[in-house]
Amino acid sequence: MTDVITGAVALGLVWAIVSIGVWITYRILDFPDLTVEGTIVTGAATTAIMITHGVSPLLCLLASFAAGALCGLITAFLHTRLKIPALLAGILTNIGLYSINIRIMAGTSNISLLGSRSLIDTFMSFITRVAPGGSHSLLARFLTFLATRNMTTILIVGIGVICVIALSTWFLRTSYGCSIRATGSNPDMARAQGININMSKTVGLMLSNAFVGLGGSLLCQYQGYSDVQMGIGCIVIGLASLIIGEVLFGKSSTLHSLISVSLGAILYRIIIALVIQAGMQPTDLKLFTAITVALALFLPTAIIQVKHLRGRLRRRHDAGL
Amino acid sequence: MLVCKSLSKTFYPGTANERRALSNVSLNLRRGEFVVIIGGNGSGKSTLLNVVSGAIRSDEGRVYIDKQDVTFTSEYKRAAYIGRVFQDPMLGTAASMTIEENLALANRRGKRRGLGSGVTRAERALFKEMLAPLELGLENRLTARVGLLSGGQRQALTLLMASLRDPKILLLDEHTAALDPKTAAKVLEISLQLVQEHNLTTLMVTHNMGDALKFGDRLIMMQEGRIVFEASGKEKQELTVTDLVNRFVSVGSEVLC
Ligand SMILES: Nc1ncnc2c1ncn2[C@@H]1O[C@H](COP(=O)(O)OP(=O)(O)OP(=O)(O)O)[C@@H](O)[C@H]1O
Ligand SMILES: [Mg+2]
Repeated sequence: MTDVITGAVALGLVWAIVSIGVWITYRILDFPDLTVEGTIVTGAATTAIMITHGVSPLLCLLASFAAGALCGLITAFLHTRLKIPALLAGILTNIGLYSINIRIMAGTSNISLLGSRSLIDTFMSFITRVAPGGSHSLLARFLTFLATRNMTTILIVGIGVICVIALSTWFLRTSYGCSIRATGSNPDMARAQGININMSKTVGLMLSNAFVGLGGSLLCQYQGYSDVQMGIGCIVIGLASLIIGEVLFGKSSTLHSLISVSLGAILYRIIIALVIQAGMQPTDLKLFTAITVALALFLPTAIIQVKHLRGRLRRRHDAGL
Repeated sequence: MLVCKSLSKTFYPGTANERRALSNVSLNLRRGEFVVIIGGNGSGKSTLLNVVSGAIRSDEGRVYIDKQDVTFTSEYKRAAYIGRVFQDPMLGTAASMTIEENLALANRRGKRRGLGSGVTRAERALFKEMLAPLELGLENRLTARVGLLSGGQRQALTLLMASLRDPKILLLDEHTAALDPKTAAKVLEISLQLVQEHNLTTLMVTHNMGDALKFGDRLIMMQEGRIVFEASGKEKQELTVTDLVNRFVSVGSEVLC
């Protein structure tokens, strides 16, 4: 059971990074970006091919980040230069990326990392090496506790999530970050204030997809493989995390929202792990996700409706009916 | 300061919906001049302002700001010289951002936006000082989201934003039309204060004949995309609402609002 939970938290942290990427387009830019389904695979594929060729896993993170940014750039180009509507631009990039992703993986549809060392493997063996063998000291016990795949992932990716949150919070508060937020909030106003909204949309899309690419890289390193199909449903999972997080944990400021979204991603993974544990067919998961997101989206409306209903009942009561 | 040379604009040319919004409009504003534009619905007032700001490109004619030809300059680049307030209070500000962030966005009009802080401490102090005379209590709510403000407060804020960085031209398009009479008067008063204080070259569209007569150095009446009447100086001062209404009747059969 502990394994199930730590596994869910580890995976949730990886998805937190993806969800933050989705949050940037969906909430900040007000741009429903479907590129991410392809981007996450591009991130994973880039990492898989590089790691299996012996490149350092840290360098792979950077490469996947950059590859993700490029995916965002393509969608931005289609949208801002060729004037293709947002949804369609994302879908087109996503479809095109399918072929590109297979090309990145040298013509195959999946690559296993078996026999190569990911960031997680490297870190695990490092901990095992420094752990004083046989000793029962507190430190030793702690280190053995850490030296599992899930705990190592939680540690490494947890640091990653903190960095991504810190970077996003800082960036969105800078002068340029403010102009991106203005672009999403009110494009007319942004233009009237001298903001080149094509540029700010481009930067926003690149940053968002860079995070998704980074998430893809970590997902590949955690799961130990990259598969051309692994992006399917990614946008819905991102939105599920985002909405669950915002509804349950609030969104009063940029930092607050980002923390909520990350917690939402973890919670979502725990829920999934529990329902599988309870015996749900893995193939039914997508349906479960779709229903969860629909319910979460309906929740704010439902709360308002309940309030109205209560008000009406009270008024009727007060009127002595 | 602002020169419009024979501007023409037709929407949907060659179709059943063809609409000539501007035909051969020429206009010349001296530095610091305050021009009020009146005219019936659909007479091309907003289109003229949009062509000046660059939101719409004219089919013919040229626009010069401070002797510089900006006819083909994109809207966001032109924004360095132009402050705008729209009719809809929702349009001028970013609702999800705070009061200080909105002001800071405007304070960087025409400047490079880099990785420095979005709102600096010096700016915060400046904004407080600017907001206080409005007597709307906004100076104590710098970090409140603009979406929480009333239409009048938002419009006042938009005015401040427009007048930041001393624009070469201020464009006001029926900017008090959506407000209740009391708030409208207050916002108009703030506009006049800012215009005077910064000696702004201003184009103001209004449907209020009284305001049109009371304010501004020059009055322009538009109809069907043309300037049909102009009055300035003494002639303008001696005009009455009845005169204007008669003008409206004599130039066409438009409905007055
Ligand atoms: N973006 C647009 N697309 C198509 N037609 C337009 C557009 N903007 C304006 N028009 C048309 O151009 C004409 C002039 O419109 P404009 O908005 O300039 O009038 P206005 O004088 O500002 O009127 P109002 O007093 O109602 O604001 C109208 O016939 C209008 O239908
Ligand atoms: Mg108008």
